[in-house]
Amino acid sequence: MNGLPLLSLLIFLPWAGALALAGLPRLSVKASRVLALLFSLTTLALGLVATGRFDPHAAGLQLVEQHAWIPSLNVSYHLGLDGMSLLLVLLTGLVSPAALLASWHEERDVRLLGILFLLLQGAALGVFLALDFFHWFVFWELSLVPAFFLIKLWGGPGAARAAYQFVIYTIGGSAFMLAGFAALYATAGTLDFTQLAALRANGTLALQLGGVWSPMVFAGIFFGLAVKVPLYPFHTWLPPAYAEAPTGASMFLTGVMSKMGVYGFLRILWPLFPQELHAIATPLLWLALGGVVLGAFAAMRQTDLKRMIAYSSVNHLSYCLLALFAVVAATPAAPAAAAAALSGALLQVFNHGLSASALFFCVGVLETRHGGRRGLADFGGVRTAMPVFAGLCGIALFSSLGLPGLNGFVGEFLIFRGVFGLVPWAAAVATLGLLATALFLLMFWQRVFHGPTGAGVDGFRDVSPLEIATLLPAVVLMFALGVMPQLLAGLINPLVTAWAGSLP
Amino acid sequence: MNALPFAIYVTFAGALLALIAGRRSAAAARVVALVTAVAGWAITLGAAWNFQPAAHLQTLVDVPWIPELGIRYHLAADGISLTLLVLTGLAATAGILFSWNIEERTGEFFAFYLTLIGGVYGVFLSADAFQFFVFYEIAIVPKYFLIAIWGSTRREYGAMKLVLYSFAGSALVLAGLLWTYVAGGAHSFALDDLAQATVVIPHAQQLVIFALIFVGFATLAGIFPLHTWAPTGHVAAPTGASMLLAGVVMKLGAYGCLRVALPLFPAAFAFWQPTIAWLAIAGILYAGTVALVQQDFKFVIAYSSVSHMGFVLLGLAAANLRSVSGAVLQMFSHGVIAGLLFAVVGRMVYERTHTRQLADLRALPLFRLLPFAAVTFVLASLASMGLPGFSGFPAELSILIGAWQSSPVWALAAALGVLVAAAFTLRVLQLAFFGQVSRDSAATAHPLPPITLAEKSGATLLLAATVFVGLRPDILLGWIEPALHSPLLAAVLKGGTP
Repeated sequence: MNGLPLLSLLIFLPWAGALALAGLPRLSVKASRVLALLFSLTTLALGLVATGRFDPHAAGLQLVEQHAWIPSLNVSYHLGLDGMSLLLVLLTGLVSPAALLASWHEERDVRLLGILFLLLQGAALGVFLALDFFHWFVFWELSLVPAFFLIKLWGGPGAARAAYQFVIYTIGGSAFMLAGFAALYATAGTLDFTQLAALRANGTLALQLGGVWSPMVFAGIFFGLAVKVPLYPFHTWLPPAYAEAPTGASMFLTGVMSKMGVYGFLRILWPLFPQELHAIATPLLWLALGGVVLGAFAAMRQTDLKRMIAYSSVNHLSYCLLALFAVVAATPAAPAAAAAALSGALLQVFNHGLSASALFFCVGVLETRHGGRRGLADFGGVRTAMPVFAGLCGIALFSSLGLPGLNGFVGEFLIFRGVFGLVPWAAAVATLGLLATALFLLMFWQRVFHGPTGAGVDGFRDVSPLEIATLLPAVVLMFALGVMPQLLAGLINPLVTAWAGSLP
Repeated sequence: MNALPFAIYVTFAGALLALIAGRRSAAAARVVALVTAVAGWAITLGAAWNFQPAAHLQTLVDVPWIPELGIRYHLAADGISLTLLVLTGLAATAGILFSWNIEERTGEFFAFYLTLIGGVYGVFLSADAFQFFVFYEIAIVPKYFLIAIWGSTRREYGAMKLVLYSFAGSALVLAGLLWTYVAGGAHSFALDDLAQATVVIPHAQQLVIFALIFVGFATLAGIFPLHTWAPTGHVAAPTGASMLLAGVVMKLGAYGCLRVALPLFPAAFAFWQPTIAWLAIAGILYAGTVALVQQDFKFVIAYSSVSHMGFVLLGLAAANLRSVSGAVLQMFSHGVIAGLLFAVVGRMVYERTHTRQLADLRALPLFRLLPFAAVTFVLASLASMGLPGFSGFPAELSILIGAWQSSPVWALAAALGVLVAAAFTLRVLQLAFFGQVSRDSAATAHPLPPITLAEKSGATLLLAATVFVGLRPDILLGWIEPALHSPLLAAVLKGGTP
């Protein structure tokens, strides 16, 4: 690997940035912002380097780094990259700088804000790259800490409660996951994901766990991940957390952190417990459908724009799980349909990260223009006052809605195509969610940008160059990936084909 | 390694010197105390540096003491005692840094303080049960004075309750040891001999004797429902003493269980094992829940200590290699973390704000007024919640793994405890430091005296220790695990595979 530990650099450069900021207490506000942004951009740069070195035709883990760490616990420092990780690294690289740019005008404790963002970024990357539960869990848990403080210290009036609820829910899930992994270790003697998956594949793992406990361990890990995604009905922490968080943090939470749960399902739970998943696939499908349909209907009933987008996140993430659950439900499945569903799920992960963080930013822009008000009814006729903004936000809305030609369509289309082939009734129910999504996003568009001009809307200044710089990359990518989805799909195809091919 | 006994002697000598120096000036007493603690710690670290792990106690000194009864002065160490010796040195040093501001009868304070430390070193180095007991008693007496003279909230009550529980516990231990000695017809109080003597004792009698000794020690470890001395005592104690009580003295109890009670009566232990495990779990959950509703900042920390010690007891009860090594690691980890938490609450916050009521602290923008204390407490909270990257994580993970190997239900119940710990730690963190974050209140609030250098160094020391062990738990585990293969312990730890 040319001697350069690329993956370690990816994780630790943001943390080095946080350390640098912490060690420079006299740094001016402006310099702190610039420094944080520069360190945040390293992920994108290194992510592109990694893409360059990545062999898109191989399905396995690449750029692997493995060093002995705690021999007595059989723990090693093990990092690796496959198409799924790469997708998420690139997403993190895109969303993190945007989130920092969105917080550019924050005047309070700028240095601390930068430190927390960089810590969060490094932790998220660690989750996407670590292959041993021991340090994977370090990153998984540590990501909560900066998120907690970002919500609590810079959030809205209900932030304290929302942050507490968010952390307790997630740690509650993690405690069960920890117990599950303790059990896995007790029986298998390793915490390495690849080794555990190999043990599972040759049947030793289930044998060692024993018939009674295997489902319990599964349940523990499942619960931890389900809270994180979140899977309906474990989602109740999400709307308040996303709504109370400051704009930049909402962008990061939805753009990157919400992906950690889906990633865990695909990286850990599915390879280790395919039979357990299969056994309860039908109830799981109903839960995913609950997220898809009820999330969309809940979004429709929101009067607060931020909560609306938060519920739409529940809806969009449930599609990813719907695809996975459909695959396990229909196992042994038609490989073509399974591959479509799985690549749809991965693309949806990326696309939702892009569009949802863009939408949170748009709501943030509206909020700053209107003195902190962000009710659906507070606006009207914004398009005349802010034509450029209306254009950009409109594209993000339609990407989220899944309009063909924009990126969101590709993922949802593949998911629907796959799920129809695997579990037709589930796809039929999910279309209800699709309709409701279209309704509430169009309602957003209409009530905010059209109609009679709301009080005070006349004076809205159009987007500043900084705001354009924040939003434009996402919007450009929405077009680019909508027209040329193979840009991303090419990275994950071998992986997805291998997954679909290895189904029993 | 051979220098280890000097940790005891140096510390006792330092106690005397501090008393003398205190007559001249408080500053002299402080310096003497600090130098003594650092010297003791350095001796333990030096021993750790060239420590060769072995599956038996490595004898350091062994001379006859009371030959008529076969009592010997026998100091010995293995990886378990070494871990706890290093912890004692660290906690003692940090505790003195956090007692730097004691102005009232300074010399006497540090004399009691160092006597306590010396007794603790003695316990961890004892290989003779009688001598073990003597050092154990030496460690109990100074606690009373430290709390009754320099304490705060209801100090007489707290001190008396703590000492009565401790004495009651040690009386049970003494009764149990004497019974073993007589009934077994042993010729000495060496642990090996006693263990052989117990073979001839009838099973029913063994069950009772084991219960006496175990309950006696476990009282000091804060086992539910005999834990009630701990919160009141810890809260009443001055900061340095709280750090020692929660950080080190509670470990004496757990260490006694592991070193004396379990190896002497493996069969009786097997009988009581599920009971002990469920009491430990009850302690984890009950104390955690109680911590969740406390109004006094220090009581939250005190109950959290009981909850974390529950993990130690659970690790011992699960009785396999993984769980017991986790329990010893947890003793170290909790010693450091409890020290930190008490330091922040008792010294950094209480002595500046003069209140520990969460309702009052909530109205203060402490995060702005004492940023160093806030950051320290945040990190200590993370460590206390068992977040990975800190020492609590490998310890609790090992205990959970080991508990699972013995009985999965125990592991599941204890995992709930992890959740409860997160809940009460976050609650107190929010209320105490981030209660009110408006800028106006920060501007108008009275500035508090800045955090002193002594406090900063103490906190840095403890934080560094918890992070270091969190990242490299294998160093301590490398000491602990070989010791668990000793014949005495291996007989207890059945079915434990690494």
